[in-house]
Amino acid sequence: MASRITIEVARYNPARDHEPGVSSYEVPLRKEWVVLDALNCIKDHLDGSLTFRWSCRMGVCGSCGMMVNGVPKLACATFLSDYAPGPVRVEPMRHFPILRDLVVDTSDFLMKLARSKPWIIRKMEKPMDQEYFQTPAQLEEYRQFSMCINCLLCYAACPIYGLDSQFAGPAAIALAQRYNLDSRDEGASERLDSLSNPEGIWGCMFVGECTRVCPKHVDPAGAIQQYKLTAATEWLKAMVLPRGAK
Amino acid sequence: MINPTEYLPKSYHRRMSTYWWLARWSYLTFILREASSVFVGWTVLLTLVQIWAVTHGPSANAAFHEWMRHPLMLGVNVVAFLFVLFHAVTWFSLTPKAMVIRVKGQRVPDWAISGPNYAAWVMVSLGIAWVVLRG
Amino acid sequence: MSKRSNEPFLWLLFSAGGSVSAMLMPVHLFLFALAFPLGWLDPPSDETLLVLIRPPLVRVYLFVFCFLSLFHAAHRFRFTLYDGLQIKHLNELINVLCYGGAAVGTVAAAYLLCQVP
Repeated sequence: MASRITIEVARYNPARDHEPGVSSYEVPLRKEWVVLDALNCIKDHLDGSLTFRWSCRMGVCGSCGMMVNGVPKLACATFLSDYAPGPVRVEPMRHFPILRDLVVDTSDFLMKLARSKPWIIRKMEKPMDQEYFQTPAQLEEYRQFSMCINCLLCYAACPIYGLDSQFAGPAAIALAQRYNLDSRDEGASERLDSLSNPEGIWGCMFVGECTRVCPKHVDPAGAIQQYKLTAATEWLKAMVLPRGAK
Repeated sequence: MINPTEYLPKSYHRRMSTYWWLARWSYLTFILREASSVFVGWTVLLTLVQIWAVTHGPSANAAFHEWMRHPLMLGVNVVAFLFVLFHAVTWFSLTPKAMVIRVKGQRVPDWAISGPNYAAWVMVSLGIAWVVLRG
Repeated sequence: MSKRSNEPFLWLLFSAGGSVSAMLMPVHLFLFALAFPLGWLDPPSDETLLVLIRPPLVRVYLFVFCFLSLFHAAHRFRFTLYDGLQIKHLNELINVLCYGGAAVGTVAAAYLLCQVP
């Protein structure tokens, strides 16, 4: 195995550059190193101005999402040796505005997430001394969708979001579904109102790339199709049943 | 609502290329899957023309058969058949993603949903072929 | 309910049409567009076909086949135009052409199947 590998990093300084450029760095190629180690090595020893987000180094915080050779990846979970002999191209996540180097502006997602109401909605809260029980089977209904870490790799993978930034996008819809399927939640119809529209679930065309890149196996594409089925069933019920019979 | 972007320094916005669907194999297969719609429409058109021919006597039938045997027509129909086949295969393999069936709290595996779909597909196809060829 | 629009209805048609066309279309196309014109299989005579499509049930079958497949294709093609060609600003025109075309085809199917002697 070659002992060094070249990393090509996209660079953008808003105060100086009109558009992003590329800088190449050579870093040691170690068996246990991930892309994030290479970036930290560059920042510590080669170029202190390189800017990127990271925190936990273990695929939990969801802050180090970036494009590695054109594919959305968590930098902390992507081994350099898989790309040997290199070079490895590292770019900011696609479809988001670039703030600096590898850092993107995720405000758009945060606004959309709020619209999905990703919290438990109750018509009436139980008194403080009573618990909400849940069986393992009820937990299993939504557990997969609760694994989302908001890393936004699914947004970087979704061509629909890239083409139309109005689209609510994979994670926001999957997280709505996470709460819809929670036995303690009573907010499904509220969420349906904000998501059953052309910018919500109906905008998805089931490309399926979100599911392929998801590091936590959430399957947002599946969540959206299941949501469509529920929304269509609700629509049929509203058509067939007389008013007020719901 | 306050738009947080307003308070940030200028950012660089990228635009998607018109040829984005050539960038990845999965994007290309997606676009091909969607393009199958053209050939689904085409097949319906063929069916309508054939119904017309069958109900309009020998000369209409002869014209229809000659039309269908034209090399250009055969070329188009080979392509159409491949696309329609691709549509069927992708449709059956994606069905389990949209339909979740649970038995005793456990999610039924994908093959248990797409398998019967494929089996039904084969049976129905053989049935139709039998009805048509029997005569 | 106001903003919920008619997307659920169109999606239901799309899904039903997707299943119908996936199940039935390959064999239809294989027999009538490839196997018979190329002489791989002996085609039934035109008179036999006429007898075959005469029963009301077969006509209903052909109508449903055409109707649902057309609306499936229209829905998919509409989104392909939106996204593949990035011409979403022609929204209204695309909708009219796609669903309008499917509606015309459906009416034509109904008319032709009523004409069967």
